[in-house]
Amino acid sequence: MIFNFTDFGALLPLITNSLIAGALLALVGGLIGVFVNTRDMSFAVHGISELSFAGASFALLAGTDVVLGSIAGSLVAAGLIGVLGAKARERNSIVAVLMPAGLGLGIMAISLYKGQALNKFGLLTGQIVAVDVPQLAWLAGISVFILAVLAVVWRPLAFASLDPEVALARGVPTRGLSVVFMLLLGLAVAASVQVVGALLVLSLLVTPAAAALRVTKVPGLVAVLSVAFAMVSVIGGILLAVGAGLPISPYVTTISFLIYLACRLIERFRK
Amino acid sequence: MNKPVLEITDATLAYGEKTLWTNLNLAVQPHEFIAVIGSNGSGKTSLLRAILGQEPLTSGSITVAGKPVTAGSASIGYIPQHRSTDASTPMRARDLLRLGFDGHRWGLPLPTRKMRARVNHVLDCIDGHDLADSAIGTLSGGQLQRFRVGQAVIGNPSLILADEPLSALDLHQQQSVANLLDEERREHNAAVIFVTHDVNPILGMVDRVLYLANGHFRIGTPDEVMRSEVLSELYGTQVDVVRNQGRIVVVGTHDHDHHPDEEWV
Repeated sequence: MIFNFTDFGALLPLITNSLIAGALLALVGGLIGVFVNTRDMSFAVHGISELSFAGASFALLAGTDVVLGSIAGSLVAAGLIGVLGAKARERNSIVAVLMPAGLGLGIMAISLYKGQALNKFGLLTGQIVAVDVPQLAWLAGISVFILAVLAVVWRPLAFASLDPEVALARGVPTRGLSVVFMLLLGLAVAASVQVVGALLVLSLLVTPAAAALRVTKVPGLVAVLSVAFAMVSVIGGILLAVGAGLPISPYVTTISFLIYLACRLIERFRK
Repeated sequence: MNKPVLEITDATLAYGEKTLWTNLNLAVQPHEFIAVIGSNGSGKTSLLRAILGQEPLTSGSITVAGKPVTAGSASIGYIPQHRSTDASTPMRARDLLRLGFDGHRWGLPLPTRKMRARVNHVLDCIDGHDLADSAIGTLSGGQLQRFRVGQAVIGNPSLILADEPLSALDLHQQQSVANLLDEERREHNAAVIFVTHDVNPILGMVDRVLYLANGHFRIGTPDEVMRSEVLSELYGTQVDVVRNQGRIVVVGTHDHDHHPDEEWV
């Protein structure tokens, strides 16, 4: 039996941390995702997540903090992509070069690691329901930081993303904002890797915003819908995973994919 | 005379061996409409970039409202060339206007009464209420460029820079966008630097022409500059300026490396 919700009430307190972590990630992922889509950086997200995975695996092997390793890997990737791939076409090839390199290094590190096998798997495909208190503190810290910076740069970042030529002429520091955004993206990826795993980060940082963009062109509404879609995917995914005893990622990715499909259908139906 | 809005002093721009222009002097008064004309590679767009502080001069200086511009400026309105926008771009025509009003400021884009009033005023000016809620990816070239004019004036700039804003538009749209820009720059007291390869759509509104060719330039009223002897000297070859039914045609510039349309300077 896939689902078993008979002792759901007893399980809920155990997953409180996961739910809080999931809600934070959904908020951050939904908002960052809007810019990932408008700046055409979906593929870069994938590249960053593989290096984030490598960083986390090495941290696991070295016995240091996994989140810290994950952040380090993310930021290195975000920095490299930001510096070497200013133009979209160059960026794609840089990402394609970094991605297997990161994945390979990560696999090497977890193969050498002699600890619990569950942890290894988790970095790639997501945890079951295992967000502990120090991990939650990390996630909360990262999320609050990202939200605070977003609140400051939102307007010029939107200008630079949607209308770069005019933004530059009007005095918007487009290059500086691009660096800031890569930093935020790197942090958001590192945080998401902890919960959904490196391979499935796109379902949090790309799919919800991509779905929202199918049904509305109103900028504020895109952000609200994107966060709502991410929230439904993550929270729904966690609750279903608890009932099934499987990793949360298949549920998160499936819900988020179904929402995307529904949005495409709505778009088509309107035309 | 008023204080110039834009002052270019002894400006030279060269890349290695290639000199785009030397010792360019130009003081633009408020209300002035200046056309910058020249063939491809004559340094028209580089001039705009230099005014915006995006292109360092080899020598000389440029000031806007008395101050040098280092990296763009909120006192400059900018109209880019028409480019079709991806249909999924999450922006309505009214959002495009809004970016021109406060997009350069830090913070969240929370709606304010002042912003709404300003956007509505500009929508009145450009007759854009019907299209205000359309996604910009669905607008025609002429419609989008009308909103671009609105976006450029909404922040009350003292100077508007336009980089080939009429290219890729049909003749009717060209005239409608050009007329709108002329009305709006008068309404908003802004000077205009208008880069174009075809002076005809703006002939009726241009005060002075800056003609760039072969590293040299001429500045003057259209009647002073758009003459066979002046352009022949500038190009160093026989060039004929033909006036026909209110249009100006320049023949013999040998700028065959681009669209034949550009012969119609």
